[in-house]
Amino acid sequence: MNAVNPLRDPRDRRIPRVAGPCVLVLFGVTGDLSRKKLMPAVYDLANRGLLPPGFSLVGFARRDWADEDFAKVTHDAVKEHARTPFNDTVWQQLSEGIRFVPGEFADDAAFDRLAETVAQLDTERGTGGNYAFYLSVPPKFFPDVVAQLKRSGLSSAPEGPDGHRPWRRVVIEKPFGHDLASARELNEIVNSVFGSDSVFRIDHYLGKETVQNILALRFANTLYEPIWNRSYVDHVQITMAEDIGIGGRAGYYDGIGAARDVIQNHLMQLLALTAMEEPVSFDAASLRAEKEKILSAVRIPEDLATGTARGQYAAGWQGGIEVPGFLEEAGIAPDSHTETYAALKLGVDTRRWAGVPFYLRTGKRLPRRMTEIALIFQRAPHLPFSATDTKELGHNAMVIRVQPDEGVTVRFGSKVPGSAMEVRDVNMDFAYGESFTENSPEAYERLLLDVLIGDPPLFPRHQEVELSWEVLDPVEEFWAEHGKPEQYPAGSTGPASADALLARDGRAWRRL
Amino acid sequence: MTIDLTDTTTGAINDALRQARLRLGGVASGMVLTLVIVTNEGEQYDAVRAASAAGRQHPCRILVVIIRRPEQRSRLDAEIRVGETSPGETVLLRMYGPLGQHADSVVAPLLLPDTPVVTWWPDTVPPIPAQDPMGALAQRRITDAAAANSPRDALTSLATGYHPGDTDLAWTRATPWRALLAATMDQPSGDVIGGTVSAEAGNPTAELIAAWLSHVYGVEIACEPSSGPGVTEVSFITSDGDTVITRPDGRVAHLRRPGQPERRVALHRRETPELLEEELRRLDPDDVYAETLARFLKTGPASQ
Repeated sequence: MNAVNPLRDPRDRRIPRVAGPCVLVLFGVTGDLSRKKLMPAVYDLANRGLLPPGFSLVGFARRDWADEDFAKVTHDAVKEHARTPFNDTVWQQLSEGIRFVPGEFADDAAFDRLAETVAQLDTERGTGGNYAFYLSVPPKFFPDVVAQLKRSGLSSAPEGPDGHRPWRRVVIEKPFGHDLASARELNEIVNSVFGSDSVFRIDHYLGKETVQNILALRFANTLYEPIWNRSYVDHVQITMAEDIGIGGRAGYYDGIGAARDVIQNHLMQLLALTAMEEPVSFDAASLRAEKEKILSAVRIPEDLATGTARGQYAAGWQGGIEVPGFLEEAGIAPDSHTETYAALKLGVDTRRWAGVPFYLRTGKRLPRRMTEIALIFQRAPHLPFSATDTKELGHNAMVIRVQPDEGVTVRFGSKVPGSAMEVRDVNMDFAYGESFTENSPEAYERLLLDVLIGDPPLFPRHQEVELSWEVLDPVEEFWAEHGKPEQYPAGSTGPASADALLARDGRAWRRL
Repeated sequence: MTIDLTDTTTGAINDALRQARLRLGGVASGMVLTLVIVTNEGEQYDAVRAASAAGRQHPCRILVVIIRRPEQRSRLDAEIRVGETSPGETVLLRMYGPLGQHADSVVAPLLLPDTPVVTWWPDTVPPIPAQDPMGALAQRRITDAAAANSPRDALTSLATGYHPGDTDLAWTRATPWRALLAATMDQPSGDVIGGTVSAEAGNPTAELIAAWLSHVYGVEIACEPSSGPGVTEVSFITSDGDTVITRPDGRVAHLRRPGQPERRVALHRRETPELLEEELRRLDPDDVYAETLARFLKTGPASQ
């Protein structure tokens, strides 16, 4: 890239960030994620004019496919799942750059063919030797794939005659290990081949508009920052509830469980963004520094028996449908101790948050799908009203709805119309859907574009991953040694022990 | 629903809007701006359609100002549309007689509080948009030089009368081209020492692209006529050779650079709703547009 491109003026915000010439190589093209998220995201980016001329997409999988077969699969996935309308011209341009390489991860010849394919794209379509490798495959294949990328010379590029070195990037998805040790091991494998600046860990929650809006809400306004601390906040609840069961993911899920699957990555990242101090700037280094600081200040409860809760969904009725319990799901051992619900009480040992508990919970087969961050404020120290007047007044709250129905709700007391002074809770609401309809790109669109541009702030660094595991490992160890998950009926709001966890502190979960 | 009010007042229109919202079960509305469209009976249909389509992305109150029969006595007719084509509200205001000279007195009470106001002239270019009574109400004033009889004269007049907050759809149409040019020049390339922009004769978008490039690179980049459609080619003469982007069919751009294979990318011409969406996304003054107009004024009008 030129030192300065005079056509890029920071004041000129009509001109979008566009990726430079490159190839995206997709491993695991037959998976759900590829079809439902990645391929549509690639098309949506192309349709919005954010992909460079000559952009090419290469699929790699154990399938006996030709380029056209892969193009057909991509076409169908795009037609079904893309966010923006289907445009033949855009598709035509995109499909000209679609290639497929059949093979297995252990097969040297297949990776040599991959190397030839991308080299050919460089000459035919001018992709400039810049490749991003998206590993949408289970982590057990990572060692094979990265070793093959290194062997076939794909993992790093020689410096060109103009002194310009093409980039090589690798994108990996959660799970980033299943504990601290395995996370470190995984990181060593990837880092042995790709430099840490070339590794992009995708936590798709960080690509969501509402999650990025936490930063805007906190640091672009004067209204909230003064009350965003222990002087005003009573406690914080971070919830990710799912209405579905484990579906066909038994093989992945058994032995992993809700805490490793959701709390370690998504909820810890949400906690970090909610609790962190203001970064000195919004570049990757400053943002990650603040997140790492706050993650290193997270403390687990002293008594893990009363400070945590876990459960397994039992058979029941969820949303009007009779569903089986976790232990009856296909592929799950009848004596499995894997939890499908996990709740944790965490402390954040900083001046801002001392004494303010952060309650994290996630579960499957809960009444509805919902992710939110709720700051529950303290009650007013003195109410100049009679007790009966304020009977229906609860705690003030600020709720950031991550999904669905993205937006922010502020809950406060207001006078009920009438001759008596009666105060009741009301909501003030901001909904993305109303204020910027149809404007939000999918999380994967944003993240893929950031990978291709090489913009890292939204990708967690491995230090963050390790810090999260340091929080969770003792809890997992405690759970492995003590008791087993409590059963909760599918469609209910979780195990009784989770309710007891808050009741002991004189609090209650927000209704799901 | 549609409510027709004849010989009415702004108070009655506001009441009708409030009641319509209640009846439709709507709560506090999430409308983000008021869009005032200054048009005439013949053009209003297309303009309202485009604005409603854009309104799906930016729910807004659309006020359509139509001046009719100045010789009659003063009369205000309103046609209110709520909950039909877009999430916002649309009010067609037909003003008869001398009232037509005081349209701002009708529009001002109907502007949404606490939100920005944008005025759009889809089919006329006022001499100085910011000093037009309808333009003075707004933070953002959208004209369309391409709709004028002489787009070149219209651009000259817009450049002379520019005030921060002015913008033109001819400039909006340039965005995909400018984005592609910027992305192209992100790659290593030699110093730009000249170039041309080819387009249908009198295409104001081409004039603006040429003025922008001339301003940024400090070299003369001229416009050349072609058979269209729209802008068909932008070429740079650089110290490393020629970089050329052609778009002969209005759909696909071909990029040729020294020593590199030809690359292609979709670059379609956009419809009015898409242009409006882009304009409504940002409401702060567009400094780059201002500088481009200034450059156009310096060299553009004289070059033909």
